[in-house]
Amino acid sequence: MTALFLILAAMTIAGTAAAMSLRNAIHCILALTVGLVGFALLFLQLNAQFVGFTQVLVYVGAVAILAVFAIMMTRGDGSHPQPAFSKTWFVGGGIAAVVFAVLAWAILSHPAMGQVATEPAEITVNQIGDALMHRYVVPMEIMGLLLTAALIGAVVLAMPGKQEQP
Amino acid sequence: MADGIKSLTKEDLVPRNADHIVHFVAPVVMVIASFLGYAVLPIGRNMILANLNSGLLYFFAAGSMVELAVFMAGWSSRSKYSLLGAMRAVAQMISYEIPLVLASVVVIMAVGSLSTVDIVNAQATYNHTLAHWFVFTPWGLTGFLLFMVAACAESNRSPFDLPEGESEIIAGYFIEYSGFKFALFFLAEYLGMIATSALAITLFLGGWSAPFSFLGFIPSWAWFFGKLLVIICTFIWVRGTFPRLRMDQLMGLAWKFMLPMTLWNLIVVGVWHFMAVGVVRWLVCAAMIVIPWMLLSRGLRQEKKLQVRTYRFAE
Repeated sequence: MTALFLILAAMTIAGTAAAMSLRNAIHCILALTVGLVGFALLFLQLNAQFVGFTQVLVYVGAVAILAVFAIMMTRGDGSHPQPAFSKTWFVGGGIAAVVFAVLAWAILSHPAMGQVATEPAEITVNQIGDALMHRYVVPMEIMGLLLTAALIGAVVLAMPGKQEQP
Repeated sequence: MADGIKSLTKEDLVPRNADHIVHFVAPVVMVIASFLGYAVLPIGRNMILANLNSGLLYFFAAGSMVELAVFMAGWSSRSKYSLLGAMRAVAQMISYEIPLVLASVVVIMAVGSLSTVDIVNAQATYNHTLAHWFVFTPWGLTGFLLFMVAACAESNRSPFDLPEGESEIIAGYFIEYSGFKFALFFLAEYLGMIATSALAITLFLGGWSAPFSFLGFIPSWAWFFGKLLVIICTFIWVRGTFPRLRMDQLMGLAWKFMLPMTLWNLIVVGVWHFMAVGVVRWLVCAAMIVIPWMLLSRGLRQEKKLQVRTYRFAE
């Protein structure tokens, strides 16, 4: 646990916590972006360059913009304040605590926990490409098919429909 | 330079209804994101700040943060003009980022590396006297042209300056900015333009290498900045020559023409990779590009039917 890790973790947690608690929807997305950038920096700290940069490219460059667009198209400027806590917050909090407990139990009981962490090896892009094209080629192709289906679905939805009878 | 110092002394006006924090952060994020890309651009032999093995990905990731900054600027001003400008800018930048990235993927395929240093090194070899610049190959020339058009749109310059269209929405997303914050936006626009030009040089024009082997005595950084100067001049020349596009023309160009051409270019570079070296390879690949290019542009021209424009939303 280095100082860098602590700073990045604090930044990520603060960003995501703000994303849940701020009242303005656009502010929430911007705070979430801070959290996502924090995640990307954590990946970079682990020498995972490709994953870190892809995280920024996809989440900051596409997902955050998409979310912002969706809010603007549907809700105006997103300036309608809403209460930060819903009435059933304790149910959600309970579920979150249970999920966290299960994940923590699974991670702590893993045999790798006792080992001393070594310096993470640098994964090059070539290695990732090899893995995707050889060992994981079927999952990747299935993902591609799924995305193509989603793309066609979006085009079908956006096509101008036939004139409806008034 | 004097303008920059002058803008420091100007009053910094913030609209009363503006979202003060976001309004302040937007130009800062924009300039930081524009500066980040320079880290992976080799400006001369062994002259690079950070030789990352996924350098190109880093460049595009840094560039994608600009879009968010543009949106923050437009939204936080709480002004209709700036919001419209931001919507236009973000839609345009997302649309043109896809051809921009796909046009550079051909180079990654040919070199087999994402590192900008490896890309330049692959082009800095000589066949007799001529360098192996990718712009001398059919797919490289196509990729270069598509890349430059997309780069022009990405940096919101004329003829793609709809987000700033002075005659329609005054200045777009940074209309409510004054003083030094406005200067920061201006700085970021030019930084972005120079960075994408430098990337185009790195990808297609051989980076710092000389075009002919007997010109190798000129220092590498001089070659780089000479090329940069030519490209920037071309940008300014184009800006002064062409009128602004319409919104539907802008989107049509990106999605109907540039996206299919960049995807087709990927196939062409694959064919190039597996054919034997020689004139035949060059001619086959050139034909593979010119014929679809003609067919596509002819098809798009026929599709266009001139009629009275109907406004669906603006009446």
